[in-house]
Amino acid sequence: MNIEEYKGIYVFIEQREGVIQGVALELLGQARRLADQINDKVVALFLGNNISDKAQSLIAAGADKVICIDAPELEQYTTEPYTQAICQVIDEMKPDAILIGATTIGRDLGPRISARVKTGLTADCTKIETGENNELLMTRPAFGGNLMATIICPEHRPQMATVRPGVMVALEADSNRTGEIVNYKVNFNPAKFKVKILENVKEDSNKVDITDARILVSGGRGLGNAEGFELMTELATTMGAEVSASRAMVDAGFMGHDRQVGQTGKTVRPDLYFAFGISGAIQHVAGMEDSEFIVAVNKDKNAPIFQVSDLGIVGDAKQIIKKLNERLTKK
Amino acid sequence: MNIVVCIKQVPDTTEIKINPETGTMIRDGVASIINPDDKGGLEMAIQLKEQFGAHVTVITMGPPQADIILREAFAMGADRAIHLTDRKFAGADTLATSYALAGALKKLDFDLLITGRQAIDGDTAQVGPQIAEFLDLPQVSYTQELKFDGEKTFTIKKATEEGYQMLAVEAPCVITVLSSANNPRYMSVGGIVDAYQKEVELWGKDNIDVEDHNLGLKGSPTRVRKAFAREVKPAGELYEVGTDEAVGIIISKLKEKFIL
Repeated sequence: MNIEEYKGIYVFIEQREGVIQGVALELLGQARRLADQINDKVVALFLGNNISDKAQSLIAAGADKVICIDAPELEQYTTEPYTQAICQVIDEMKPDAILIGATTIGRDLGPRISARVKTGLTADCTKIETGENNELLMTRPAFGGNLMATIICPEHRPQMATVRPGVMVALEADSNRTGEIVNYKVNFNPAKFKVKILENVKEDSNKVDITDARILVSGGRGLGNAEGFELMTELATTMGAEVSASRAMVDAGFMGHDRQVGQTGKTVRPDLYFAFGISGAIQHVAGMEDSEFIVAVNKDKNAPIFQVSDLGIVGDAKQIIKKLNERLTKK
Repeated sequence: MNIVVCIKQVPDTTEIKINPETGTMIRDGVASIINPDDKGGLEMAIQLKEQFGAHVTVITMGPPQADIILREAFAMGADRAIHLTDRKFAGADTLATSYALAGALKKLDFDLLITGRQAIDGDTAQVGPQIAEFLDLPQVSYTQELKFDGEKTFTIKKATEEGYQMLAVEAPCVITVLSSANNPRYMSVGGIVDAYQKEVELWGKDNIDVEDHNLGLKGSPTRVRKAFAREVKPAGELYEVGTDEAVGIIISKLKEKFIL
């Protein structure tokens, strides 16, 4: 493999029902920053059915080129058609790197592609930089967030990485940006399409994405009963915030997994993160330490959460929430 | 029906601590367990055995001490256990691991191959889909529930961000299972006795269908450039005061930061 032939930082643009997902825009932003450092181009890989009208928005979000693959086979995500399409692009266009959102789709698609084209894939990166020879330095947590590892893919191309939603920062959309849109045709092999979608079920239409919240009121074991949960919900309403939780509260059934913050939940970085009764196990901290301002309340003054909080209060989380709620409502 | 379940021995990462001075992991005294998602997969297989009389084979790739998780799988109800171990496998990344496992799996006849969604030591979620690709089989990841029609069709509930999907796929196929799919049973007393009477088959690279240059570190496209403890930012202010005063501090701090 002559790795010099491989050019361009490609971003898989995840869409669901035609809606471009936030993580795709975040990755375009990061790809733009990386490409500018190594004088390369950003290419958006946009797959779906009847999606062409949205391609221009990807240029505004940072792409130099959009490869638009508009085909009925790609109406809804299933592994094989998406893998065939992207592998055909890889064979023909030889990308230097491909970035994919670490969603249930990206984490299904990424490894399948990497095994088909026999290259390396670094999962759930929290940082991507450029190193010597313009190669990517991909940093990710391991051992439940206890250790960080920087991974490289020295002799294979494309270099592939998945990145969790909420980790990279999107660019401000700029409609003055220019770029090229290419409509690309794939020669599908439908004999290999073996998984059939019977039904898509959205469980709760009121579901919010906590990664979008500006303020998060988060609770843990120290708050772990129905009363504690009610109190924090009340405070969240007062402050126009969303509620989230550490694993303890999710396991206890007070909140759905979609509101869990941490290594096995979501990565968040709100302007303000309240950690009430959360001890700060590394698994939790890995998902919230990049928040702009962290207020932690815990009755154990040695709790590890105080190592990452900007403002720590040693005290009873429920009492503090009650009082805080009173004071803020009165205002 | 024949089912193969891939399991991995992992340290219980909720118990790992980092030595702040050296930045290295303290693994002493940390229990090694069957990876939770894999255990969910094994439980699913054993339930299918109870319902349909399936034959369940477990396979693990790892050092000699991984024998114990295969014994545990016997005690839960597995029928056959294969321990894939060879120094040539050392240093494998996910691609080289999947390649070696696929080489062993090609020697087995199965209708359903189950892996956990991801292992808690690496959290990559790559090995299941990569094995599926090497075996040229369809995959369904994030499996929450599986029903078998008794003939050849599996109906699978796959967890997604918004809810779930119902999917249909015919045998043979690969699924990756979530630990939340079920509550794995405990080992039975009789099972524990059996576990040490049954034979674990030891397979090395010469027993399987692989080429040397694709194994271990040599066969791994990725390299670890460096590993380090995560950066610790300087600790913020800490107050141990009465509730009223504490709330006052919080509010004034948030005003100062223009958050309120």
